[in-house]
Amino acid sequence: MTYSSAAISALGALGDPTRRTIFERLAQKPAAVGEIAEAMPVSRPAVSQHLKVLKAAGLVTESTEGARHIYRIDPRGVGAMRDWLDQYLGEALDAFKAFADAQEEQPE
Amino acid sequence: MTIAPIRKTVSVAAPPARAFDLFTGQMGAWWPKGMTIGASPAAAILIEPRAGGRWFERAEDQAETNWGRVLEWDPPRRLLLAWQIDATWAYDPGFETELELTFTAEASGTRVTMEHRNLERFGDSAARMAEMLGGGWPGIIDGFAAYVAGV
Repeated sequence: MTYSSAAISALGALGDPTRRTIFERLAQKPAAVGEIAEAMPVSRPAVSQHLKVLKAAGLVTESTEGARHIYRIDPRGVGAMRDWLDQYLGEALDAFKAFADAQEEQPE
Repeated sequence: MTIAPIRKTVSVAAPPARAFDLFTGQMGAWWPKGMTIGASPAAAILIEPRAGGRWFERAEDQAETNWGRVLEWDPPRRLLLAWQIDATWAYDPGFETELELTFTAEASGTRVTMEHRNLERFGDSAARMAEMLGGGWPGIIDGFAAYVAGV
């Protein structure tokens, strides 16, 4: 079973325990950088860096509310999953065609 | 929000009834090797031919791993399956997306269309994945990353 590169990058982004904790917190509730940093033994710049990685992997999105940057889990983070499924199901259906047509050429 | 369904179409030489039988009755023979989720390779992939039937793979050692179930069984034209494999590649009875197959007669055989929909539900699954990670499910992501790296 192989994942698309986008899915791999999402998995890789969650490989870091601190990033995983941040992702988990955002899954419970959207939050600003400062709120996340307050609740963790990690500096604010470090949290920002982790968020940047999560965002690049398509796992979280950032929006602006006034002067605050709010991060939340990206429901389209499943985009990588969709791309991968798209390829996966395409391969499966192509395999079905190959099998079915071979059966027709050589009836049992 | 809604995520666009995935649609795939192929044409096969067999008539619809035959195509439907091959698709459902011999899935283990044509489903790409390695594209299964059980702990060991699948020896068979089975669809119980009735609404409510199970859809699962069976390994050489007889271990069974669920994929989902049959929602509608309407040969030779249509098959509606529940795909219950979530974003972590685990069967989850509480997770369900629809995979619809239609078999339409055409001059040279059958047009087979596959549609996988309700993909936005993978988002809920992602949130659950986060909960599981928070609950300490040991290293599932690390395990996946290592597995993927080794493939």
